[in-house]
Amino acid sequence: MCSLCGILGCDDHWTNAVARPGVYSHNTDRQARRAEGARRIAAANRVLSYRRLALSEWQGRSYLLCSPTGATSVFDALSHLWPEAETMATRGFDPLDEDMLDWMEAQ
Amino acid sequence: MTPVILLTGFLGSGKTTLLQRLLTDPAMAGAAVLINEFGEVGLDHHLLDRIDDNVVLMKSGCICCTVRGEVADALMNLQSLRAKGEIGFDRVVIETTGLADPYPVLQTLTAHPVLRSHFASGGVLTTVDSVNAGAQMGHRAEAIRQIAAADRIVLTKTDLAESDVVVELRQKLAQTNPTAAVVTGDATTEEILGGLRAGDIVQAAMPDEHGHHHHHHSVNEDLGVLTFSMTIDRPVDWTRFGVWLTLLLHRHGEKIFRVKGILALEGEARPVAIHGVQHLVHAPVHMEHWPPGPHVSRLVFILEGIDPALIRRSFAAFMGLAEERAVA
Repeated sequence: MCSLCGILGCDDHWTNAVARPGVYSHNTDRQARRAEGARRIAAANRVLSYRRLALSEWQGRSYLLCSPTGATSVFDALSHLWPEAETMATRGFDPLDEDMLDWMEAQ
Repeated sequence: MTPVILLTGFLGSGKTTLLQRLLTDPAMAGAAVLINEFGEVGLDHHLLDRIDDNVVLMKSGCICCTVRGEVADALMNLQSLRAKGEIGFDRVVIETTGLADPYPVLQTLTAHPVLRSHFASGGVLTTVDSVNAGAQMGHRAEAIRQIAAADRIVLTKTDLAESDVVVELRQKLAQTNPTAAVVTGDATTEEILGGLRAGDIVQAAMPDEHGHHHHHHSVNEDLGVLTFSMTIDRPVDWTRFGVWLTLLLHRHGEKIFRVKGILALEGEARPVAIHGVQHLVHAPVHMEHWPPGPHVSRLVFILEGIDPALIRRSFAAFMGLAEERAVA
């Protein structure tokens, strides 16, 4: 369910599509799903750490986003990551922001 | 999954005329049609429904929950009648209003919790009027959005336009949306609809006409619209790519009319095709084989008011690549 709108069944994000013929996905079996989930969290944290946020898995089925001051947010769908992160960080995450790119390139 | 073909195009560009002609083809006998305005041209077809523009946006909601109300209701109704055995159809054609941006309808197909289990986007067909399109593209952002969203462009009224105008328009269309093939209105049904989703992906993978690795071309300087492509000379990390493109479209989707490309992924022999319109990305297509040409990743963007150099730099930073060597 979409935790922002309450609409059911919004978690079929293109990066994690339901496996079906012709569609590229790592969402195939339990092992592949868990491995991709761990990689995705690491990749997201690389960006989120710019605003000192951290993402982790919550009970193997949801995401937990935390701020350095202890604010937390739980959501089910990957499509909610960036709206949630922007709300929590109060400042946006702009992939075209040159300050952020400078910071990423220096990592 | 039943394919849903979206027929769009500027006012008076010949959408209904084209639809009427397509529906006379026996191959289209199993098509259900949704139109949202009753034009002067009568459509003799057994499954006609009417829809109106109606975007329902949950006030506290997110982009995944934007649902175009009556399109969703009309499709649900068709699905319900089919499930009861009262009607049968193997594809749906939706004709949009002339000023409509095709994105919300595509979004509905992807986001609607029920529809997405029964219907899938079968591609966007955009009619372009040979006589008036040049002027419309000059000052109407909707015209450019419709062309940008196209998987195939149908050039209409070519018999009414001077041949040099048509040649010039074809060049302009190729620059505006290099990923869509252009056919004329008198083409066969197969030429217009055949491989609507597969053919353009191959097209996206082809090197550009100048043989450069990258270029950008201004489509409309006043509106700040340009097309831009980049190639990546090494395998792409799928997970990092997903984070990058998701954030890019979350933040700038309204200015990114189209993103399309083919990716060589780490650990994958076969390419993956990516296909997005504004905030929406379709399920990635795992292609059977590489199209002719080099096996390198290539992305094509149609943008409004974004510096392509920043996109290239952002991609490299998110991928952890040295920009000047890896991304061109």
